[in-house]
Amino acid sequence: MKGLKIVVLAKQVPDTRNVGKDAMKADGTVNRAALAAIFNPEDLNALEQALRLKDKYEGSTVSILTMGPSRAAEIIREGMYRGADGGVLLTDRLFAGSDTLATSYAISQALKKMEADIIIAGRQAIDGDTAQVGPQVADKLGLTQITYAEEIIGIKENVITVKRRLERGVEVVEGPLPLVVTVNASAPECRSRNAKALLKFKHARTATELQDTSEDYIDIKNDRPELVIPEWSVVDVDADPKELGLSGSPTKVKKIENVVFTAKESKVLSDNDEDINELMRTLIESHTIG
Amino acid sequence: MNNIIVYCEIEDGKVADVSLELLTKGRSLANELKCKLEALVIGSDLNGIEKTLYPFGVDTVFLANDTRLYPYVTAPHAAIMIGLFKEEKPQVALLGATSIGRDLGPKVSSALHSGLTADCTSLVIGDHYEKKTDTKYDQLLYQIRPAFGGNIIATIINPDCRPQMATVREGVMKKEIMDANYVGEIKNIEVDKYLAPEHFAVKIIERHIEASKINMKGAPVVVAGGYGVGSKENFDLLYQLAEVLGGEVGASRAAVDAGLVEHDRQIGQTGLTVRPRLYIACGISGQIQHTAGMEESAMIISINNDINAPINKIADYAIHGKVEDVIPKMIKHYKANTK
Ligand SMILES: Cc1cc2nc3c(=O)[nH]c(=O)nc-3n(C[C@H](O)[C@H](O)[C@H](O)COP(=O)(O)OP(=O)(O)OC[C@H]3O[C@@H](n4cnc5c(N)ncnc54)[C@H](O)[C@@H]3O)c2cc1C
Ligand SMILES: Cc1cc2nc3c(=O)[nH]c(=O)nc-3n(C[C@H](O)[C@H](O)[C@H](O)COP(=O)(O)OP(=O)(O)OC[C@H]3O[C@@H](n4cnc5c(N)ncnc54)[C@H](O)[C@@H]3O)c2cc1C
Repeated sequence: MKGLKIVVLAKQVPDTRNVGKDAMKADGTVNRAALAAIFNPEDLNALEQALRLKDKYEGSTVSILTMGPSRAAEIIREGMYRGADGGVLLTDRLFAGSDTLATSYAISQALKKMEADIIIAGRQAIDGDTAQVGPQVADKLGLTQITYAEEIIGIKENVITVKRRLERGVEVVEGPLPLVVTVNASAPECRSRNAKALLKFKHARTATELQDTSEDYIDIKNDRPELVIPEWSVVDVDADPKELGLSGSPTKVKKIENVVFTAKESKVLSDNDEDINELMRTLIESHTIG
Repeated sequence: MNNIIVYCEIEDGKVADVSLELLTKGRSLANELKCKLEALVIGSDLNGIEKTLYPFGVDTVFLANDTRLYPYVTAPHAAIMIGLFKEEKPQVALLGATSIGRDLGPKVSSALHSGLTADCTSLVIGDHYEKKTDTKYDQLLYQIRPAFGGNIIATIINPDCRPQMATVREGVMKKEIMDANYVGEIKNIEVDKYLAPEHFAVKIIERHIEASKINMKGAPVVVAGGYGVGSKENFDLLYQLAEVLGGEVGASRAAVDAGLVEHDRQIGQTGLTVRPRLYIACGISGQIQHTAGMEESAMIISINNDINAPINKIADYAIHGKVEDVIPKMIKHYKANTK
C-alpha cells in the first residue's frame, strides 16, 4: 500500500476544566483571561490515532490543520513535537464569529487543497462543546463520516475498519477512503513529545511570528524553509466571505450569562452519632426516605 | 408544513426515552406556536410503533420502515431526513444529544444550511429584534445551552434559516403522556425516493449494545460517590445505603475515570441528569459539570471532609466527615427505626 496522507484537525482551546480559584472572579464568574490555552484534549487522541497509522503504513504523513488566531501556531508545533510532519494555520479576521457551520466551511475549503486520504478530528472541543465540526466538514466535502471512534483498527484496499464507542456499547464498522473520522476521549492517550522532534521543530514559525520575533529567526525563511509553517487566508483557500463569520453563521448568540455560584442556606452537621441520627429522623418524618 | 418534527431513535424495537422526552417538550412548543407535532421514525420492523407515540400528542408519524435502516448508520438516515425536511419545511427539528443525534444532526444541518444548537438544557419561544437590519422576528426558538465547560449559559437563536435545529440530552426534559387516547395519522415514507447505493458505503460488522439495567431516572433516592470515596470497598457502603433506602448509586466522572464505578452511573453534564427526592453526594467536590446533572434534586445532602467543598453551597445539609464513618451510621439508624 502507498503511504497515507493524514490530516488531523486540532483546535486551541481555553482550559475550561481547570477553572481554579484564581480563574473565578470575585462576583463568581469566570475570568477567561486566566485560563491557559491548550491543545483540545480529544484532538490529542485524534493525533495519536493518526501517528499509529503513520507507524503502521510506511510512507504516510501526518499534518495538523488548525483554524485560529496567530498564537494557534503553538498547536501545530506541539503536534510536530509529538510526531506530526507539519501543519497549516488557517487564519484570517474574516473567520471570527463563525458558528460550527461557517467553521466547517472554512476548514473544508482548506482541506480541498490538502488532498487527504483520512481526516481525523476530535469528537468535541471543550469550549464550544458541540461535536458538530467533524460531521459538518465531512458533509461539506461530500465524504463519509465515522464518529465516536475509539480505535482505527486498520486499512485494507482503501477500506478502513474502526471501532466506535457508543453510550451503551461498541460497534465495529467499515468504510471507504477518503473519509472523516472523529475520535473519543476513550481512545488511547497521545504519546508525549519526542526529544528529536523537539530539537528539529522548535524553531518552526509562521511568517507572522517571524516578523514579530528578534533577529535570531530572520534567516529561517531563507535557510530552512521547511520550518516555515504556512498560513492560509480566506483568499488562499478560495472561500466565499459571505459563508464565513457572522454572515455565514445561521446560529447567533443572543445572550451569554456567566454561571454564578449562589450559596443556599445549608445546615452544617458533624459526623457524630447525634447529628446523624437527628438528620435521619427528619428525613424519615418528612417521608423523604422510608 | 412549518411544523415541529422530532427524530425518534429506536433501539431494540423501542422508542428511546430521550425521544419521548422531546415529544413532550415538542407538544408544548407546538401548542404555543399553534402548529402540529410530528415524529420521524426510521428503522425496520416498526409496525405498531405509532401506538407508543400518539399519547404524547403526536399529530403525524412519518414512518420509514425498511430492513436496511436498522441498526442506525449515518448516510441513509440523513438522506431520508434531508429529503423529508426539504418537502415538509419544518420550523423546528429536535434530536436527542446521543451518539446518534449528534452524528446525524450536524450532517443534516450542514446539508440544509440550517443552524444547529447542541445540548440544549432549555427551549422556549421568544421574539427577537435585530438592530443592524431593523428586523423583528416573532416566535423564534430560544435554544439555551451551557458551553465553555458549563461555565457559561448561552441563548442561541436561528433567525433566518429553517428548520431551527437543536439537540437535547437524555433526562433533561420531562417525559409526560398528554392523552392516552390521542390519535394522529401515519404517513409512510417511500424510502427509495431518497436512498441510493452509495448511502450504504459504511457497514457494521460487529455490534454489542447492552440496554442499561440501571434505573437512575426513576430512583427516588440517589447515593452518589466521587473520587473522595477512595476505593471499591468504600463504594460497597454506598451500594448498601442505596439498597436500604430503595435508591440507586450514581457517580462523578472522576470516580468513573478512576475505575471505581461503571460509566452508566455517571451524573452530570456528560452523564445523566437526575432530580430525585433525595441526593446524597459522598466525597464529591461539586464541580459545575457534576452539579449540572443533580442540582434540581429536591433535597441534597453532602458528606465531605472539606467543609469548604463547593458542593456544600448547594447542599441542604452538609455533613463534615468521612464517607466511611458517616454512611455506616446512617444505615444503622435507618435499619433500627423503620420496618
Ligand atoms: C457560548 C457559545 C455557544 C455556541 N454554541 C454553538 C451552537 O450551539 N451551534 C453552533 O453551530 N455553534 C455554536 N458556537 C460556535 C462554535 O463554538 C464555534 O463555531 C467553534 O469554532 C466550533 O465549534 P466547537 O468548539 O463546538 O467544536 P466541535 O464541533 O466540538 O469540534 C469538534 C472537532 O472539530 C475540530 N475543530 C473544531 N474547531 C476547529 C478549529 N478551529 N480548527 C481545527 N479543528 C477544529 C477539532 O478536531 C474538534 O475536536 C457557540 C459559541 C459560543 C461561544
Ligand atoms: C466537558 C466536561 C464534562 C464533564 N462532565 C462531567 C460529568 O458529567 N459528571 C461529573 O461528575 N464530572 C464531569 N466533569 C468533571 C468535573 O469537572 C470534575 O472533575 C468531577 O466532577 C470531579 O469529581 P469528584 O468531585 O468526584 O472529584 P474531586 O473534585 O477530586 O473531589 C473529591 C472530593 O472528595 C472529598 N473527599 C476526599 N476524601 C474524602 C473522604 N474520605 N470522605 C469524604 N469526602 C472526601 C474531597 O474533599 C473533595 O471534595 C466534566 C468535565 C468537563 C471538562
